[in-house]
Amino acid sequence: MKRSSQPVFWLLFGAGGMLSATLGAMLVFITGIAIPMGLLPADTLSYDNMIAFHRHWAGKAFTFAVISLFLWHGAHRIFHSLHDIGVKARGASVVACYGLALLGTLAAGLTLLSIGV
Amino acid sequence: MAIRRPYVRPMDGWWRRDPFFIRYMAREATAVFVVAYAAILLVSVVRLSRGEASYDAWMAGLGSGAMIAAYAALVAAFAYHTYTWFAIMPKTMPPIMIARKRLAPGVITASGILVSVLVSLALFAAVRVLAS
Amino acid sequence: MPETRTITIEVLRYQPQEGAEPYLQSWPVAFTDDMSVLQGLQHIKDFADGSLTFRWSCRMAICGSCGMMIGGVPRLACRSFLRDFMPGPLRVEALAHHPIERDLVVDASDFVEKLARIQPWIKPRAPRALAEGENLQTPAQLERYEQFSHCINCMLCYAACPQYGLDPKFLGPGITALLHRYNEDSRDAGRGERMELVHAEDGVWSCTAVGYCSKVCPKQVDPANAVNLNKTASAVDWFARFLPGRR
Repeated sequence: MKRSSQPVFWLLFGAGGMLSATLGAMLVFITGIAIPMGLLPADTLSYDNMIAFHRHWAGKAFTFAVISLFLWHGAHRIFHSLHDIGVKARGASVVACYGLALLGTLAAGLTLLSIGV
Repeated sequence: MAIRRPYVRPMDGWWRRDPFFIRYMAREATAVFVVAYAAILLVSVVRLSRGEASYDAWMAGLGSGAMIAAYAALVAAFAYHTYTWFAIMPKTMPPIMIARKRLAPGVITASGILVSVLVSLALFAAVRVLAS
Repeated sequence: MPETRTITIEVLRYQPQEGAEPYLQSWPVAFTDDMSVLQGLQHIKDFADGSLTFRWSCRMAICGSCGMMIGGVPRLACRSFLRDFMPGPLRVEALAHHPIERDLVVDASDFVEKLARIQPWIKPRAPRALAEGENLQTPAQLERYEQFSHCINCMLCYAACPQYGLDPKFLGPGITALLHRYNEDSRDAGRGERMELVHAEDGVWSCTAVGYCSKVCPKQVDPANAVNLNKTASAVDWFARFLPGRR
């Protein structure tokens, strides 16, 4: 019997699901609502602050983990949802979902590295 | 002799058959919002790497009425994701036995949501400290 | 005479020798508060239409024969009471996701074939002689699988599982719960063989944790838990097989 390759994607889905379930709502609230509405200093997301944050390895790691794990989480769910709504083309779904998550992960990693230290 | 001609019912629109399935599809649909937010962050980081002018132009849209509304919708989707993630957890994790009794599913779900609230408050506090 | 009320029972009928499509037929049924849906169907068969076909045996939720869609939900007909569906009409249909053989009878051969595939018996490490006596087990060892051994093969979980409906090759909830029941038994040594079925494309990985299977289970087996515990086990094994010393 052919062994399924789903475990790899399922673990990434689980990690992303846990991360987004524990801090996703607050992160969205902070970046899109709390700062513009003045609940946090207006310059929190300023260019200088964000460059300084992302020059630190921990800042790079945080943003990389959020972007890539959120993408893998969503990709896995959407992959199965396509099957749920009757999309029969499994190969195309794999490429579209997991392929885009992989591209996004690479783009995030390379961009964060290019910001330097 | 009896005729055998098994009839297979179609699966079209199966998710409309039961409210349980509608809630399931809503849960799965939160993934679209999670991906959308990841895409926003990815573009932000790319703009950040391209310099101040590029970054500031991207961030200028933030805070408009439409943006606040869009982010509020994102927060709602993420909150529903949090709830459903911990609601299914009693079925996805190994049973926890306490005094030879299985820990009630409600306790597991409530604990998960509590942890997420605490992590969220810690995140808000951390951003506040870092920003000032 | 105990007090009776009347409910309309609407059955999705299928007669393979007649028209090609299933059709609805309704009967008014006078019932007392203690009458089950199964008794309602028996009343129709005895007094209105002898051709109405359905499976039943024990009348006490242990044989697993009378599973059907009752009010759109997979339930045992013997364990559902007509009084709970007033004012009606009450729609009764064959178990979802299974081919209809006739009226409320489904073709269960897929389930039976899968059941044989998981080797649902204890496979001892070495043959045991009768003289060796009982194969002892501690209460803690019993606890690891007991809940999963309560399955009565009623297939309600399969009628609740959209993934099985979409792709019947999926091993599915009930069979995985039974597989888990034997794998977790301290007296069993067949885990290796059964895990091959779990790891496969049509093993546990079609499951998307809908969770409805566990909700409709009449015996609180929690098959969704069995499937998801095996996802974890299968994922661990996916990586563990690369460790030195493994095949």
